[in-house]
Amino acid sequence: MTSEIESSQARTQKLEGLGTRRKRVEDIRFTQGKGNYVDDLKFPGMLFGGFVRSPYGHARVKSINKEAAIKLPGVKAVLTAEDLKPLKLHWMPTLAGDVQAVLADEKVLFQGQEVAFVVAEDRYIAADAVDLIEVDYEELPALVDPTRSMAGDAPVLRDDLKDKTSGAHGPRKHHNHVFTWEVGDAAGTARALAQAAVVAKEQIVYQRVHPCPLETCGCVASMNKVDGHLTLWGTFQAPHAVRTVASLISGIPEHKIRIVSPDIGGGFGNKVGVYPGYICAIVASIVLGVPVKWVEDRMENLQATAFARDYHMTGEIAASPDGRITGLRCHVLADHGAFDACADPTKYPAGFFSICTGSYDIPVAHVTVDGVYTNKAPGGVAYRCSFRVTEASYFIERMIDVLARKLAIDPAEIRRRNLIRKEQFPYRSALGWEYDSGDYVTALDKSLAAVDYASLRDEQRRNREAFARGETRRLMGIGVSFFTEIVGAGPIKNCDILGLGMFDSCEIRVHPTGSAIARLGTVSQGQGHATTFAQILASEIGIPAENITIEEGDTVTAPYGLGTYGSRSTPVAGAATAMAGRKIRAKAQMIAAYLLEVHDDDLEWDVDRFRVKGVPEMSKTMTELAFAAYNNVPPGMEPGLEAVSYYDPPNMTYPFGAYVCVVDIDIDTGVTEIRRFYALDDCGTRINPMIIEGQVHGGLTEALAIAMGQEMDYDEYGNLKNASLLDFFLPTAVETPSWETDYTTTPSPHHPIGAKGVGESPNVGGVSAFSNAVNDAFAHLGLTHTAMPHDHWRVWKTAQSLGLAAG
Amino acid sequence: MAKMHLELRVNKKEVEALAEPRLLLIHLLREQLGITGPHIGCDTSHCGACTVDMNGKSVKSCTVFAVQAQGADIITIEGLVDGDGSLHPLQEAFREHHGLQCGFCTPGMITRAYRLLQENPNPSETEIRHGIAGNLCRCTGYLTIVRAIRAAAERMNGAGEAAE
Repeated sequence: MTSEIESSQARTQKLEGLGTRRKRVEDIRFTQGKGNYVDDLKFPGMLFGGFVRSPYGHARVKSINKEAAIKLPGVKAVLTAEDLKPLKLHWMPTLAGDVQAVLADEKVLFQGQEVAFVVAEDRYIAADAVDLIEVDYEELPALVDPTRSMAGDAPVLRDDLKDKTSGAHGPRKHHNHVFTWEVGDAAGTARALAQAAVVAKEQIVYQRVHPCPLETCGCVASMNKVDGHLTLWGTFQAPHAVRTVASLISGIPEHKIRIVSPDIGGGFGNKVGVYPGYICAIVASIVLGVPVKWVEDRMENLQATAFARDYHMTGEIAASPDGRITGLRCHVLADHGAFDACADPTKYPAGFFSICTGSYDIPVAHVTVDGVYTNKAPGGVAYRCSFRVTEASYFIERMIDVLARKLAIDPAEIRRRNLIRKEQFPYRSALGWEYDSGDYVTALDKSLAAVDYASLRDEQRRNREAFARGETRRLMGIGVSFFTEIVGAGPIKNCDILGLGMFDSCEIRVHPTGSAIARLGTVSQGQGHATTFAQILASEIGIPAENITIEEGDTVTAPYGLGTYGSRSTPVAGAATAMAGRKIRAKAQMIAAYLLEVHDDDLEWDVDRFRVKGVPEMSKTMTELAFAAYNNVPPGMEPGLEAVSYYDPPNMTYPFGAYVCVVDIDIDTGVTEIRRFYALDDCGTRINPMIIEGQVHGGLTEALAIAMGQEMDYDEYGNLKNASLLDFFLPTAVETPSWETDYTTTPSPHHPIGAKGVGESPNVGGVSAFSNAVNDAFAHLGLTHTAMPHDHWRVWKTAQSLGLAAG
Repeated sequence: MAKMHLELRVNKKEVEALAEPRLLLIHLLREQLGITGPHIGCDTSHCGACTVDMNGKSVKSCTVFAVQAQGADIITIEGLVDGDGSLHPLQEAFREHHGLQCGFCTPGMITRAYRLLQENPNPSETEIRHGIAGNLCRCTGYLTIVRAIRAAAERMNGAGEAAE
């Protein structure tokens, strides 16, 4: 065809839509230091808040003397629980149906707990005032080990709950018990275990870690006493939910509350919850009538806001002699700290841990989870994963390796024998999930071929022989993991937080000149939403991505949504974006039919325009239709070109992947070098490959941190011994290897564009690949499982325990 | 507390300020001078988000007193943009190679890389990794940062050769 119309291909390229490695629009300001993070905000008269925090893990607060602090010039107020009581704000509800002390009410239950809130003219004076407050404590025995929480002589931690026999998630069987959650077929699983040819059993601890985004949590609260409006800027991954919670807690009507998430310096689950600092800043602003800023420092962040994991798992896996899994049982002891502040959908107190049958066709399974209180910080957030999915994936991926050792079957081979087959999708797991789509065997085979797995095993055999001959002091380990995530929470029928259904939203306005703005209920914390959501829309409505502004995070302008965590932005808000785009296109089609004087059905969509079927030169571009929408619409049609979609997903999405990690361990020092890490991810339709690769790199680096060094290290008194970046491991560029990424594409059948979400997959799959590699290095010496984190000290200890110490 | 009178040069401009002896340089920059590019990530000089260039060296401005900057020549991320608004090759390369995600470490990272490339105009991948080891990033996994710095070095070296 030689018409003047550019080829479809050329016009598609101009859109920079789905599948394009589009450069990020966010970066223009970030690379110039023009981001706008919460601590960058400055308002006339703004005051600074700071906390007095408990030095003890468990103590009674006998008295608080704030006289000297109040006398200090520049100090405007000091709040304690006594001051909050008349407002009924000294306790607040948690996302998990428990309550948490905003300021310590008679007792402190973890080191770093908020005891008093100082408000002063600047942060230096606030720090001085914190030092001047005298708190008299009576130290109580600290309960740090969750395995002792439900002992008969365990101290009562929660005086407010000690006589309550039931909690938000059913019966409580001990004063330190939070809940029991059970799913699956207990009797059937017991039968499978009893009848199995082989049962492998292992204790698997996923240690307490912390998301530790580079920006800590913080907010600025500003109460306008004239009109009664409260504005709260802050590091919120879910601003609308914060607005609703703030209204319910404070009694301020929701229409008078505005929540704004400015740029956020990484979240990783740390910024989902509601923290005492937010409540105290709000109260202080209400009392003082000026804006009040609170930003935690790094030690406060590590001590008090949002730990993750701390799952103590006992697994039993049954199999036939040829390695076919016949049943799986798991009991979890979940350390929830002093208050149950997990961020899980209401009906799932252990999140989606029941995805723990993983990628395997396991006929029967049974899971029980007991949550317990300890004298540690509250949290239990989904640190770069969907709710408790990392724990589940680590559990099954370690268990299947343990089983492989027992049966002397290669870890890759035992996975292949048990993977759910392509033709089994949609697949209903023994614990009730319906996996939407997958092609697991292809992914595994591709990954094994990419790393030349057979050659790696040959090399390892030679390495072990050389080691036995004393020719080397290094051992090689190969870790394989195959994970299935469950993300995109979620269908309202089973997913809500505090009664709010977990839909998400997008509102689009197309301007007369053919550009557009779209607003979403999600919030980017580095994922690049302003770039990728414009790409989804570009492909849907034929407007170049560069002409589409994406806005998020301001509850005044954005439609209601549940925010960004659990890899839900693309599966849920991304779907809403596509659906709202389709509404725009449908209206544009009617306008095009009117202008071209044909029936709607005689038109077909062609990249950025509607054209008459068989007469391609008769067409109207989206730019033309946008203008027509404002001056020349069919009789009876409303003018304008806007749409909104609130998307309730019919199912979760199930991204998956196959990872291989190769390590070389110096057994005399424990130094473990990551020689190679190959990650194949299948996240369905790929929106922006550059951003996907970046997400995978970042998630793998966080997995590296968790597997190889992170642990929140409490002593017996409840002191957190590594609450700074001096001691808490964040990898530098030196420890971090060069990542290799790869992919297959299996679209989600129920998502409008087939996308599944990717941000968290690498953390979910990565941790077990690292851990499996370290375990594998010692497998020939009889080791079945050694606990994370695999830092040099622990790896060296493992070598020692196996008799490999230098003579 | 008595304040000291400071005169220093920040991003090629002479500035004056009054500072308590205990005021940290990062707070002088962010709160008094309104230069919010450098961030605070850890308070203990481990993360490097507050990195600025002071008298030709990378410093972590959360661990420098403002009074130590008396008479100093300071460059922050904001100062890497040319007077005509054109970006430094590092700023362009970070975008081109997806060397940032949340953007919080980026000002410190680029400012450190700016000095690294003056210390070593043609660094290897290993030298870059060691050269930025004082700057933590929680998002990218560093690979794309390393690529960005390498690309910027190549471009700057190429430009230098072309000018000769």
